[in-house]
Amino acid sequence: MKKRKIGGVMLSLSLSATLLLAGCGGAEKSGGSGGSGGGDTIKIGANMELSGGVASYGQSGVQGLELAFEEINKEGIDGKKLELVKVDNKSDAAEATNGALKLATQDKVAAIVGAATSTNTLAQVQIATDNKLPLITPTGTNPDITNKGGKVNDWVFRTCFIDPFQGTVAANFASDKFKSKNAAVFIDTASDYSKGLAKAFKESYTKNGGKIVAEEAYVAKDTDFRATLTRIKSAKPDFIFLPGYYEEVGLIVKQAREAGIDVPIMGGDGWDSPKLVEIAGGKALNNTFITNHYSAADKDPKVQDFVKAYEAKYNETPDGFAALGYDTAYLLADAIKRAGDASPEKIKEALAETKDLALVSGQVTLNEQHDPIKPASILKYEDGKQTFDSKVNP
Amino acid sequence: MELIQQLINGISLGSIYALIALGYTMVYGIVKLINFAHGDVFMVGAFVGFYSITILDLTFFPALLLTMAVTALFGVIIERIAYKPLRNATRIAALITAIGVSLLIEYGFIYFRGAQPEAYPADVLPTEKISILGVSINSQSIFILLTSVVLMIILQFVVHKTKIGKAMRAVSFDAEAARLMGINVNNTISATFAIGSALAGAAGVIFGIYYSKIEPLMGIIPGLKAFVAAVLGGIGIIPGAMVGGLLLGVVESLVSAAGYSLWRDAVAFIVLILILIFLPSGLFGKNRREKV
Repeated sequence: MKKRKIGGVMLSLSLSATLLLAGCGGAEKSGGSGGSGGGDTIKIGANMELSGGVASYGQSGVQGLELAFEEINKEGIDGKKLELVKVDNKSDAAEATNGALKLATQDKVAAIVGAATSTNTLAQVQIATDNKLPLITPTGTNPDITNKGGKVNDWVFRTCFIDPFQGTVAANFASDKFKSKNAAVFIDTASDYSKGLAKAFKESYTKNGGKIVAEEAYVAKDTDFRATLTRIKSAKPDFIFLPGYYEEVGLIVKQAREAGIDVPIMGGDGWDSPKLVEIAGGKALNNTFITNHYSAADKDPKVQDFVKAYEAKYNETPDGFAALGYDTAYLLADAIKRAGDASPEKIKEALAETKDLALVSGQVTLNEQHDPIKPASILKYEDGKQTFDSKVNP
Repeated sequence: MELIQQLINGISLGSIYALIALGYTMVYGIVKLINFAHGDVFMVGAFVGFYSITILDLTFFPALLLTMAVTALFGVIIERIAYKPLRNATRIAALITAIGVSLLIEYGFIYFRGAQPEAYPADVLPTEKISILGVSINSQSIFILLTSVVLMIILQFVVHKTKIGKAMRAVSFDAEAARLMGINVNNTISATFAIGSALAGAAGVIFGIYYSKIEPLMGIIPGLKAFVAAVLGGIGIIPGAMVGGLLLGVVESLVSAAGYSLWRDAVAFIVLILILIFLPSGLFGKNRREKV
């Protein structure tokens, strides 16, 4: 076991070294104009999950970014064009740190977008701060990303709402819509995201007069949840909160329905992936809900325009990650425009002053914590399709 | 009721471990090699099954048979290329080669295909829910359990009633003497790898149908657990692998049932350590004294 682990680490180290070298060579050949300031292009780094366990988030996010960059580049920002430099963090925190370092020191980007998950974003915060680069995560919802120990991380921003908000919305939804009194919580102990949502859910739920009757945990990559689910079933909950990522969540929902657990199950934006429906199956997903950043079924014209453009380019319906990737590009473009200068310092100052910016996922104003104040959508799965249930304002 | 439900959960999981453990134990019995690449043969089986169901549109049984044929061939190729040249080398050299082969298959697979997971289609086997006295059993798990049991019975038949089975037992007992009796040792070893790998391939398909999600690194943990199961039952002894697999599955389910789901993997390996301390030759192992 030990040997195998070490072997794996060595292999990935040597692989990433090769990648770094390759990236270095490429940058030299193109004679990089240097993102900060001069030249006709502004380089923006994207450090996303392009492969690995949660590749679907990163790929959607990058597709959203690329679509927005295309649109922005039609006019340009003060005559300059945006150029996207992509790095794949392989859904791994150590790779995310390496990727951020490469973007900062070799590609010399003006800002970094990424990553799609909280854990991989947290892995980049220190690098961004040390190199004085604005870091914007499209979908990293953990509060610690922008605010560590009561102190705001100057260089870090986000386009999405934070975990406590999603957990609170879910708890209120359970109490209001289902009059739920006994909830079970099933979390991924290896994920900051899952723990953050669960904590907020428990606080709000007990404040609403409910009781948490079962609290169980699993670790990412587990495949057999039947024993734990049988245990949850015998606690007789009337609602299950399951904040996790689609790979495990898909299996859990499938196995829960097979074990005869028919109560509503609710999760967060981590569920949002077409793979979820493939893994769990449309029938098992009936009577499940998620809080999300946006819904493709929302009638808002801004949303519909985006959905149409995205479908025309990629031939698929954009998920929340794609929408937030797209929004992040516009958030950044707006800041660069207001800053009048593409230096990281100016972009950072302009980002912090973002106010009432109309984006696909709603009106965005960044508060002092660098977190946006914006609405959340609740989506319902019906035979494998997401349908729009309701919109909740902060 | 909950306990019965948990036992059923455990037996379903355990039958998958048992199928993989059989390959470990057979190979160890005949060449005294712990084939660490065995878990990856299981992974390849899961993917072959997936592609034969989704692309070739096969139903469950043809897909299972095709997978077993492909993984049997794959096992033989691994044996011929990686292990046969080392037949007379030290055991540690062979062991390290096995680890190398395992990593090569895992990361080679990721290189050519990518690491993203794949989901088995849900309609391969009927998924009726059957309730007996408050215990709900999925028709799928009954199907899967039956398939595993039938495969194990066929294996027993092959090992005890056929010529190749007799040759395998002879080689495992004493390879030199078997050769003197005119048994083709190389072919017998290849046959063992083929049978073991076919069973791992079958386990891969069953795993895919039961758990839906498959990915290139899925073989590592089940492979190690199956190794524990093989040691638990007494490595080299075929009935031991079956009992060891089922026992390990049940133990894991009971640990989760007691509310310690995060300790499940740890308990599996604690079992391994305890067995090695107190019963080094396993539950079914004979305590053979080392001859000087």
